Formats: sequence, C-alpha cells, structure tokens
Amino acid sequence: MTASPLGSAYWTGFRHGAPFLLVILPFGLLFGVVGTEAGLNIAEVMGFSVLVIAGAAQFTAVQLMVDQAPTVLVLVTALAVNLRMAMYSAALTPHLGGAPLWQRALAAYFLVDQTYALAQARYDSRPEMTLGERLAYYAGSITPVCPMWYAATLAGALAGQAIPPEFALDFAVPITFLAMVAPALRTLAHVAAAGTSVAVALTLAVLPYQAGVLIAGLVAMIVGAQVELRMGNRE
Amino acid sequence: MTQSSLEIWTIIILLGIGTFLIRFSFLGMIGERPLPDWLLRHLRYTPVAVLPALVAPMVVWPQATGGETDPARMLAALATLGVGHVTKNVLAAIGAGAVTLYGMLFLLG
Repeated sequence: MTASPLGSAYWTGFRHGAPFLLVILPFGLLFGVVGTEAGLNIAEVMGFSVLVIAGAAQFTAVQLMVDQAPTVLVLVTALAVNLRMAMYSAALTPHLGGAPLWQRALAAYFLVDQTYALAQARYDSRPEMTLGERLAYYAGSITPVCPMWYAATLAGALAGQAIPPEFALDFAVPITFLAMVAPALRTLAHVAAAGTSVAVALTLAVLPYQAGVLIAGLVAMIVGAQVELRMGNRE
Repeated sequence: MTQSSLEIWTIIILLGIGTFLIRFSFLGMIGERPLPDWLLRHLRYTPVAVLPALVAPMVVWPQATGGETDPARMLAALATLGVGHVTKNVLAAIGAGAVTLYGMLFLLG
C-alpha cells in the first residue's frame, strides 16, 4: 500500500510524528495527575484533553482554577496562551486552504504545536506535494500524537489519585512550563519578553485572582515585539 | 478547587470552543491574505510572554511551603531553565528540574 502516493505521504507523516511521543506521553500523564490532584474527576480531566487538546492552556486553566480565579479570567488567560495558534492557522492556510470545509475543520482541531511544526517544514521543503498528499501527511503526523495525548491523560488521571504529597507534585507545573519556555528563548526579544513577564507578574502578584498574569502577558508581548522591531529578528 | 461541576464544565467547553476558533480562524476563512506584520510580531511572543508570568509567583512563593521562598524549588527552577536553554530539549529540562528538586528536598530534609 505504500506504493500509492497518499499512503506513502501518510506513513511518512506517521514516522515523523512518532518521536513526539517522548514529549506527549509524559506531558499527558502529568496533566492527568495534576488535574486529578487539583480536584477534577476523570471525566473533567478527559474533557480538557479531548475538547481543548492544548497542554499549556490546560495546565494554565487548572492552575487558575485552583487559585479560585473567576471563570472569565481563567478563560481569557488560557486562551491567551493559545493565541499563537492563530499564527499556525494562518501559516497553513496557503497549503490546506483548498480542502473542503470539514477537512479544514478537522485539521484545525488537531492543530497542535508538533503537527504544525512538522507540516510547515514538510510543505515548505516540498512545494510539489498535491493537496491530497499534504492532508495525508498531516493525518499521518497526527496519528501517533493526538490519540496518545488522550490515553496518557487517562493513565495520569487514574494514577494521580495514588500519588502521595511527599512527591512535591505542586512543582510539576512550574517545571513543565519552564521546560517549555527555556528552549524558546532564542532571541533577545524572546528573553526580553520573558523577563518582562516575570517582573510584571511578581510586581502585580498582590492583585486578586491572578489578574497580574494577563497584564504581564500583554505587556511582555508588546516588549517582545518592540525589541524585535529595534533589533531585527535575529534567530 | 471549589468550583461547582457546572462551572468546571463551562470552563472546559468554552475553552474548547475558543481554542478551536483560534485554530480554525484562518483555515476556516481561507485567509490567503497574509497576517499584518505587527500582529504576527505580537503573536510570536505569546508563549514566552504568558507562561513565565504564570510560573514566577509559583517559583518565588510556592504554595506548598505556605508562600515561604524555598531554596529547593528555586534551584530546581534554575536547573530546568538552564538545561532547557542549553539542550533545547523539553524532556531533558523537566528531568533536570525533577532531579534537582528531589535531590535538594532530600539533602535539605
């Protein structure tokens, strides 16, 4: 079956997606554990991973819920974390825009950091790919990543109830976030944005309901953009 | 967490819809026109702008110690950042943070 171009594109995507299991599995497990420890039941934890399917935003929402932030602030802050996906959506549109609406909707649902990065790199390096091959490659790259995100979350939620507090899991969320941020500090602009974010958040920590997080995020985005503008975008 | 089941599901469903709409935005509209530069320039920084703000108070004033600054957690955070920055590897960074945290908690009792 790999003789057909679509099958071949699908399996290439699958092979490229498979290594991300090393990230997806522990991250999903951790969300299951942290969500359960925070007081969510299994259905709610799974609701997050299936309906939202965006790890960083899920952790953000759960953390703010634990801090008793109002619903509106939980939503706005978690959605702010996901704003980068508008950029992914725009970047893939020239490549997938010709597909029928339901396929574009499906592709949008599965548009996570990993599948975006793979698709963008593949489409850029092979402009001769047909629309069908692009979609098959995309579907292939999703196959090892997204179903295992659900499965790992479930395993974590089931295990979470059994983990005692001595394991200091309170710190799993900060460590995970820092681990995601650190590799992204590629340019001076990224460092400036992150530094601003920390400084403003600590200064505004007295504000109720974690409102400081959102303000810090907005200010830091502006600082990052301004530094980029002045420096040129040196990678 | 003190939210009712209704509040929790409200958050899950609205966050799901909102996230989908962000992902579907351009694919859905077939926005072949490119995003304006100023907007791209800001979107590029959303993860590094929002996540550190969320983490900083947790690192400096952890809830597990009642808000007391804790050397073990502080060092674990620095180890995570350092290893993540040098290796560009998320898992290696998480591993370094976890090893440092457990090591320091063990050493400092």
